[in-house]
Amino acid sequence: MLSEKDRRLLKLISEDCRLLPEELSLQTGLSPEYISERIRDWEKEKVIVGYQPMINWDRTGDEKVSALIEVKVLPQRGYGFDKIAKRLQKYPEIKALFLMSGGYDLSLLIEGKTMQDVALFVAEKLASLEHVQSTATHFVLRRYKQDGIELMGEEETLQRLVVSP
Amino acid sequence: MNNYLASHVASLPPSGIRKFFDLVATMKDVISLGVGEPDFVTPWTVRESGIFSLEEGQTMYTSNAGLFELREELSHHLSKTLDLSYDPYHEILITSGASEAVDLVMRAILGPGDVVLVPDPSYVSYAPCAILAGASVNYVPTYAKENFRMRVEDLARVYTPKAKLLVLSYPNNPTGAIMNREDLLPIADFVTKHDLLVLADDIYSDLTYDKTHVSFASLPGMRDRTLFVSGFSKSYAMTGWRIGYVAGHADLILGMTKIHQYTMLCAPIMGQFAAIEALRSANEAKNDMVTAYDRRRRFMVHGFRQMGLDCFEPLGAFYVFPDISKTNLSSEEFAEQLLKEEKVAVVPGTAFGPSGEGHIRCSYAYSMEQLQEALKRIACFVERRLANS
Repeated sequence: MLSEKDRRLLKLISEDCRLLPEELSLQTGLSPEYISERIRDWEKEKVIVGYQPMINWDRTGDEKVSALIEVKVLPQRGYGFDKIAKRLQKYPEIKALFLMSGGYDLSLLIEGKTMQDVALFVAEKLASLEHVQSTATHFVLRRYKQDGIELMGEEETLQRLVVSP
Repeated sequence: MNNYLASHVASLPPSGIRKFFDLVATMKDVISLGVGEPDFVTPWTVRESGIFSLEEGQTMYTSNAGLFELREELSHHLSKTLDLSYDPYHEILITSGASEAVDLVMRAILGPGDVVLVPDPSYVSYAPCAILAGASVNYVPTYAKENFRMRVEDLARVYTPKAKLLVLSYPNNPTGAIMNREDLLPIADFVTKHDLLVLADDIYSDLTYDKTHVSFASLPGMRDRTLFVSGFSKSYAMTGWRIGYVAGHADLILGMTKIHQYTMLCAPIMGQFAAIEALRSANEAKNDMVTAYDRRRRFMVHGFRQMGLDCFEPLGAFYVFPDISKTNLSSEEFAEQLLKEEKVAVVPGTAFGPSGEGHIRCSYAYSMEQLQEALKRIACFVERRLANS
């Protein structure tokens, strides 16, 4: 369990991982040494698994296609779904992979340059895998919100008075 | 046409803030730390409720006291969060912002000859409302070295037997000071001894850091002597919705309801529906806002201390109130020269009462980027002044 101060620190890092320990210290009242040590621990414990900016590729003009793929899998005795999941997560095309409850088993987010790329990956790599029973591919048409960030429309601007009591 | 104005209105001094607002409004590219409202938009779930109430055709008057559902929800909320118990039928009145509630308290209780004891510095409305109610004001000075808490000895010094009402506004605007239980207890004894009523303006009660708010009304024997005033503006970033409330003894609430029914009729219904939703499901969003304020607060205090200025650590609201007397400038001079030279707007401490001299109020209800830029500019200004002094 995280302590309250660690929870606050981790939340701040999750919102802006560019902040240096000195800056984090100013905002949390924790010492820079403590913060550096905690971050090192969290990296070691795989609590912090990476630092990535959130990029809206749709705005770059680069072509990119994403698809959500539902996969039905035959679970393997002694391993359940973990064995196949371990194998699947190695593919760089697969950006996210979840075990789901409900009508299918695994949910994959796949990214490719073209629809053809994605279709080929599904047909050749995914559907042909042993234990995969069926796949259903849903192409993403438009991204409205991702990782908690609204991507559509302008940011709400505050229309506050410049001075108020 | 000035001679047509009632004399007590004509003689009312304009708000010190207004004067400064007019000055800032003429300038371009100003970074303002002068705003006394959250920089967050009302949480979506709350906005959505307001919209839904309109779609449902909820565009009528409500009862004078406000939607019963809201009063009931508030009654639960106050009991859960501040250990206060108010009957939603007779002891809670929904108002158009806490500002109306302050006015109602003054008008329901005060008359010519009465005196109100007001902390100095404090929010700009108390004295004018008291004067408009025919009363006069004695200021209770508070000091940086005492963490801007009201002390009973300072209260006793300005007390007069004509005093009927004491205002307690903690967490305080502009200082950010809070009062703990042990600070409030001697005040409670004083209030009992002199048979005073108390207007407890708890509008910033949700915005405290490291310590939880203790409401004066929750102290032994103080419930019926206290008119508990608060609202949704600061806690839930709902300034424009204009929803506040006052809770207290049924007889006093009834008196206020009479004034409210003849002058305001009721608070806006859309805002009342939104407020119900705020209490039910925006507390997580509120906590996130408090966390953000807390980070900025630490950053600001550190920034002013780095400049070589004394800066009392505020534990509530969203203001810092640094001491600028080392620059040999008065609060007003500091604010005016800073605005002209560095285009940063702050509010002179004197806008909140004479004890604000030597201080400026800086709101930290701004993004971190804005605060960083503002502090950089203020630091340049202070450095120049300290070099000259």
